[in-house]
Amino acid sequence: MPDLIKTALITGGSRGIGRACAIRLAKSGYQVFVTYVSRPEPAFETCKIIEEAGGQASSFALDIGDHQAIVDFFKEKIKDRVFLSVLVNNAGSTMDGLLVRMGQEQWEKVLRVNLSGSFFCLQQAAKIMMRQKTGRIINITSVTAQSGNPGQANYTAAKAGLMGLTRTAALELAPRNITVNAVAPGFIETDMTAALNQEVRERYLEMIPLKRFGYPEDVAESVAFLASPGGAYITGQILGVNGGMYM
Amino acid sequence: MSVDQRVKEIVVEQLGISADEVKGESKFVEDLGADSLDLTELIMAMEEEFDVEIDDDKAQEILTVQAAIDFIKANQ
Repeated sequence: MPDLIKTALITGGSRGIGRACAIRLAKSGYQVFVTYVSRPEPAFETCKIIEEAGGQASSFALDIGDHQAIVDFFKEKIKDRVFLSVLVNNAGSTMDGLLVRMGQEQWEKVLRVNLSGSFFCLQQAAKIMMRQKTGRIINITSVTAQSGNPGQANYTAAKAGLMGLTRTAALELAPRNITVNAVAPGFIETDMTAALNQEVRERYLEMIPLKRFGYPEDVAESVAFLASPGGAYITGQILGVNGGMYM
Repeated sequence: MSVDQRVKEIVVEQLGISADEVKGESKFVEDLGADSLDLTELIMAMEEEFDVEIDDDKAQEILTVQAAIDFIKANQ
């Protein structure tokens, strides 16, 4: 087998935390693959930023809610084509609403994308990493899964599920030198939080001991650490990056 | 290469053992030192090599090298 290029795959690499992770992992020397669902331009933009800094990056359309699409993607783009050093399960979506008003599709779609999609990516990556006998998997979960968050029954359930998955996958894959961890961001300056009004922002700020929202780069640094040689002995952990709002 | 040889080659490769250790009657776990992940990887490697599907119930019955060879011959 020829020497394959060490690659970090980040699902949902168009914006926010995913983009910051892609840029940071490229800085660590990985070729970076990012995925997007429907709009290619922001993902191209992520790749452009990386390439202009001297890195290597490519973007791919992948609907994380589609099992067959995930299987095909790993078969066509990853297996035997790259050395899959790192998977960052970042892609996610929200459809908020109070639980008594939550419809079946609203519940199931958020579970499908955030939990099932992450599981299927992890499963495909694990098969490849088992052969490689090394790999790092990092699941992006959320502080809201730890603390609860009104209006997000579906999202918090999915993200809490991802924490259980992280621990079991860590146990099953440890014999092949694959670590599996989760990073649980708090309130981060992204499109999602930019939409909040001033009053809500200030209420959130009061809950954050470090008195600021996090930056996507704060999360990306933790992801890069877990992927780095320095993170080799850490597995099955949930690393909170939340300014102290949940301990 | 015959099915017998190809299966034995996969076992050698996956378990990192020498070819003369692998006999038909060799049991994967007791004789060849495979653990549950090794068994899963063996099954996955055989599925790929021979383009067959081996479901979990069947896989649990494949305890020896010969059982794997027989299964593949019967299902190819």
